Amino acid sequence: MEAHEEKPIIYTMENKPIVTCAGDQSLFTSLYTSLAQQLPRESMEWRRSYGRAPKMIHLEANFVQFKEELLPKDGNRALLTFPFLHIYWTDCCDTEMYKASVKDDMLRWQSTLRLHGSVDWLIVVVESEAKKKNKTNILPRTSIVDKIRNDFCNKQSDRCVVLSDPLKESSRSQDSWSAFLTKLRTLLLMSFTKNLGRFEDDMRTLREKRTEPGWSFCDYFMVQEELAFVFEMLQQFEDALVQYDELDALFTQYVLNFGAGDGANWLGSFCTPVKRWSGLLLRRPIDMEKRELIQRGEASLLDLRSYLFSRQCTLLIFLQRPWEVTQRALELLHNCVQELRLLEVYVVQGALDCWVFLSCLEVLHRIEGCCDRAQLEANCSHTVGLWTYATEKLKSLGYLCGLVAEKVPTSEDLNRTVDLLAGLGEERPETVNSLQSPYKKLNEALSSVEAFEKHYLVSAMKKGDPERAEGFLDDSLRSYVAEGWSLQVTHTRKQMAECQKLLQQTEDYLQTSALLAGDANLTVEERKHFCQEILTFASQPPTVALSMAAFAQLRQMQFSPPGAVVHVGAALQLELRVRCLMPVAMQVEQLAATLHFSLEQGGARGRAGSAQRRAGHGPQGQGDGVVLFPQGSPLAGAGMGASLLPALELYEMQDRSPSDSSLTSTGVVCKNMHLLLRRHDSSASLDTPTAGALPAAVAVDDGAQMLRARDITLQPGDNSILFTAPVQPGSYTLRQLCGSVGRVQFVQSHIYPVVQYEVYSQEPQLTIEPLSDNLLAGIPQKVTFTIATGHYSVKKGDALQLSNTDSMPILHSSCCSATVLSSTGGQHLWRALSIQSSEKVTSISLPPTPPYHTLEFQLEVLCHIPPTPFKPDIERLTNGEVRHRPKNHSHADSGMINIDQKVSIDCPWSIYSTLIALTFYVPFKARHSILSAGKRKYIQVCLQNVSDTNFHLADPVLTERQPTVSMELLSLNVKTQQPVCSQQSVFCLWEMRWAKPLPLCLHCAFSASFAPVSASDTHTAFKPYRYEFQLDRAEISPPSGDQHCRTGALCGLEVSITRQAEPSETEGEEEESTEIEGLRTTKLMYEVVDNSSNWAVCGKSSGVVSMPVAASATHRVQMEVMPLFAGHLPFPNIKVFKYLPHNAVPAIQPDTDSCLENDTISLLDKGLDDQGDTASIRSRGSVHSVGSGEQQRGLPMPRLEPFSPGQVFYWSQGRQVLVLPVTDDHVMEVNVT
Amino acid sequence: MAVCIAVIAKENYPLYIRSVPVQNELKFHYTVHTSLDVVEEKISAVGKAMADQRELYLGLLYPTEDYKVYPSHMIIVYYTPVCMFFILIENILLYRHTRYGYVTNSKVKFVIVADSSNTSLRDNEIRSMFRKLHNSFTDVMCNPFYNPGDTIQSKAFDSMVSAMMVQAS
Repeated sequence: MEAHEEKPIIYTMENKPIVTCAGDQSLFTSLYTSLAQQLPRESMEWRRSYGRAPKMIHLEANFVQFKEELLPKDGNRALLTFPFLHIYWTDCCDTEMYKASVKDDMLRWQSTLRLHGSVDWLIVVVESEAKKKNKTNILPRTSIVDKIRNDFCNKQSDRCVVLSDPLKESSRSQDSWSAFLTKLRTLLLMSFTKNLGRFEDDMRTLREKRTEPGWSFCDYFMVQEELAFVFEMLQQFEDALVQYDELDALFTQYVLNFGAGDGANWLGSFCTPVKRWSGLLLRRPIDMEKRELIQRGEASLLDLRSYLFSRQCTLLIFLQRPWEVTQRALELLHNCVQELRLLEVYVVQGALDCWVFLSCLEVLHRIEGCCDRAQLEANCSHTVGLWTYATEKLKSLGYLCGLVAEKVPTSEDLNRTVDLLAGLGEERPETVNSLQSPYKKLNEALSSVEAFEKHYLVSAMKKGDPERAEGFLDDSLRSYVAEGWSLQVTHTRKQMAECQKLLQQTEDYLQTSALLAGDANLTVEERKHFCQEILTFASQPPTVALSMAAFAQLRQMQFSPPGAVVHVGAALQLELRVRCLMPVAMQVEQLAATLHFSLEQGGARGRAGSAQRRAGHGPQGQGDGVVLFPQGSPLAGAGMGASLLPALELYEMQDRSPSDSSLTSTGVVCKNMHLLLRRHDSSASLDTPTAGALPAAVAVDDGAQMLRARDITLQPGDNSILFTAPVQPGSYTLRQLCGSVGRVQFVQSHIYPVVQYEVYSQEPQLTIEPLSDNLLAGIPQKVTFTIATGHYSVKKGDALQLSNTDSMPILHSSCCSATVLSSTGGQHLWRALSIQSSEKVTSISLPPTPPYHTLEFQLEVLCHIPPTPFKPDIERLTNGEVRHRPKNHSHADSGMINIDQKVSIDCPWSIYSTLIALTFYVPFKARHSILSAGKRKYIQVCLQNVSDTNFHLADPVLTERQPTVSMELLSLNVKTQQPVCSQQSVFCLWEMRWAKPLPLCLHCAFSASFAPVSASDTHTAFKPYRYEFQLDRAEISPPSGDQHCRTGALCGLEVSITRQAEPSETEGEEEESTEIEGLRTTKLMYEVVDNSSNWAVCGKSSGVVSMPVAASATHRVQMEVMPLFAGHLPFPNIKVFKYLPHNAVPAIQPDTDSCLENDTISLLDKGLDDQGDTASIRSRGSVHSVGSGEQQRGLPMPRLEPFSPGQVFYWSQGRQVLVLPVTDDHVMEVNVT
Repeated sequence: MAVCIAVIAKENYPLYIRSVPVQNELKFHYTVHTSLDVVEEKISAVGKAMADQRELYLGLLYPTEDYKVYPSHMIIVYYTPVCMFFILIENILLYRHTRYGYVTNSKVKFVIVADSSNTSLRDNEIRSMFRKLHNSFTDVMCNPFYNPGDTIQSKAFDSMVSAMMVQAS
């Protein structure tokens, strides 16, 4: 309460519940002060009906003298003037006196009360010591009180209270005071509850009657407001507010029902035309003026609403809820406007604006009045709505009264202004002295244009301050563009265009115009208008550079040829697809694309490299040479939000060291960094390009290379423009695109994705490649000559000079033609080719071919198979085994033998000869072997087809090189022609028949014809195949002696060792040869061994012989052997070793095993020397057992080295000799053993 | 009842906006755009309390009274934390059941502008409209072919919005 008491306007102080005082007035007067002070000091709990929450309440009262007029008459429901309690005061302590006067007075008082049905009364008896002292014959104090209680309070003894010595400061007095006050409060509350309850019941009854015809809202309003007043009086503002809210809701409901067609009669009074629009009045607690209007039923809707709101406002401020006031005010204002429309009330045009404006300001003033500045600022969000509304209304008033227009107000405007001002009425007395009252403000604002502008900050643009306006518009435009609100963007741009036109910012204006001309949100007429603006400016001198984005969008770019890589001199065409955004066809004088030129590529890189590089280009690398430009660029028209920034284009980058291609570094590269990393405000420059940057860029690129297209008409929509690219070797990147319309240039400062093309220059090149996988020797093979002409143009008469070799003649074919291909692979031309051949050279005259074409033709060549099997490669020995030496150029997997054939070619473009190696493969591999069957000998030749081709083999023939009469080769082959499939073999067999003696060496030649199976004419295609070989023979003479050897008897054995071949050079190096008297000899050790114990060797079983180094040198050794068994015994084995003397450096690093062997052999030799005479028959094993310990190990030992397998041919191998048994002893011997 | 329905992305650009009287689209766009400031203010003012309550409905945003063409409009804003997942129907179920775990606060805003001369419109009707809008929006989000952040071009969504607008008139 304290807070409110400080407020300037405290309405409630006048209204307190009325308590009447009867009886001793002087007594009451003496007690009044302390009573009025003490009554509100303590709060009481107020229990209420209808389940409403109990409240603590501080009671105050207005004590008035009792008069009969105060008591309410029947039917008067005024609660404010209703006495809630009647108190009778007396200090009578004398029975006589009581009986004489006081009792009668009390009775009269009581009867009056009863007459009016008031039962809320209290009798206070004040006792004082002073009085007691004066009166000696006093009755006991209680007696008076008892009497009163007896007389009046028959059942309610609490209606009589004793107050003892109220003016004294004693504990007794205190106690009696507090008891009295408690009683007083209780009774007051009881009275409230009872009376208010009755009132509310009455009120509800009245409300229920609202459907009856005679019901009036105004009457009801008064009744319920009475209740509200009482609550307010009791400081129950919340409850009071509820009453008003109920009234508000009820009224609103009626209005809505009216709108729905359910009109009530009483509403008619609210439908009268509004005559006054003086706004809300919130400075008085109760606007009695309006209240009376309502009471009389003469209030208009605005009056009622104003009054209702003023009451609500007052209560809300008491409740410390000023912000609710602002919120409710805004709702109220909107609502009132709505309701007036709904009720179809006639309102002078502009009157409502005045009313709303005044009301807004009034509410704001009221709020400012009860809050400090800091509070206001903190809660500006609550007041801003009102301010906006007021501004809006003032603006519309300004328009209405002709105060905003550029011209002065017309008389009609002035009339209207006067009418509006008249409706405001006189200024209220409360605000007359205030300089800032809403009334004064409005009055002043409407009085003149200047004043209006002072009050209403006109939108800067309208009033010729386009500079500031442009700034604001630019700000809002940015936010709209960033957030992608296309309609707003268009609208703001339109406003901006106006500003810029006024400011004569030509460039900006044109840019904005261009954007607007391409804006799909505008009508075609508007767009044409802006387009025309550009064209108008285009014809005037200053050159202006604008962003291309507004003018046209790049859609795609297509290269022809699609690879975007051409050679010097070729035509490269670029087809640019542009979507023109202008509404009309635009004549573009020149569309130029500036190029960035770099020499980095050049001819050396060749096509493959560049193609590969292009493949890595990502978006550009579409195979058809089409570069698509991303569409949703932020400037592609409004509607693309900031969220639609181009996506990151990341590429992996690997840096490999050039030497060993190991990875040195790797990373990720962002390709479109320039789009992502640009400053944020620079994005706006796309809309309004800054003056400095673009023209400079244009100027720089003037000197650079350009692709130009002149005099183009760009139709609205998609257009296709052809550029022809200049051709100098190098790499070109498109940088900028610039279209000129008169003096206006539209510049696209970046072309993204990167568009590149390359022009290269190439040296002529000749390649010769086999048509098939492998070239086969022996049959005609086709090879392809490919000439990439490069920058060289093949003239008539140019010829290729091929130097002939015997081993590879070039076959002539009658119809020889060449194919000419253009570099794009498009054209195929057949040109005749003439080949002249002389002894040394073959000359191929080439058809004339333009540069950068490919010339292809085929020639047949034949590589002869060398006649002999290549001697160094294959060693053939008499035993028929073929020994392979490691070869450099034997086909690793198939075992094919290849022949490298070098061709030397003189090309017309070069002074140097070109050497080209062709590798041919021999299709066959031949082997021979000698087969024996008894005494018959056969020669078998195995011919293996190692190629992948199937052949026919014909006429296999085996001949001797030096035909001897004694020798006859008999063919056992049946077929003359047979197929040899790939990887298969054919065997041919000949029987050898001879008359003795056999020659030591037999040179044979195998020849056959072959032809591929696929060849059509078999006989002509057959090519000879020759295979020559040599058969050598080693001979050991059969042992001499008895044809009929007998067991146990000694027989002679002659060992004959014959050198068959001269040692090859390689062998010579290995062998130790010694020269004895001019005769070169090699030492050879022989040993006769009989492992099967058939023979016993008598005497020396081994020895060293010196063999002369000459063919057919023979050494004969006589030995004695004794057969141990009878029967056909095989000849004893004879082993032959190379004998290396001790001083020879061993060719092979001896290991421990070989050393041991040497030891043993030398030991054997020694033993043989010692025991040579004894000639005792010993087994082979006994020789070993006689190993003497005194052998000196320290001496350098001679070495034995076995011959490689096949080097020694045992003539007597397999021979047998018949041994006859001698006697029965032998049998016995057998038995013994 | 609704004259304009808009879905606004977190970054305040329109994902979807449609208004019934086509000729005055700009005005609605402005209205919706302006309302975003108020939304922001409301969200930031309420702050955490709001997130805890999970109350998406911001209530009557601000009323305007315009006497020129359209008498007045009520702007109501629905502020939604919408989960952003792109795939699979199971996820929808997860979303329904364990809402807390999967919801990311995407700050997508729904704005409905209603004709305030239509006085019969009640608060819970608006709420149910928003609920429908939200469900439909969630369906759009669940479309694996929808790229979050793109403008909504779903026919289903469109027809749902149309239905709400037709209901109005």
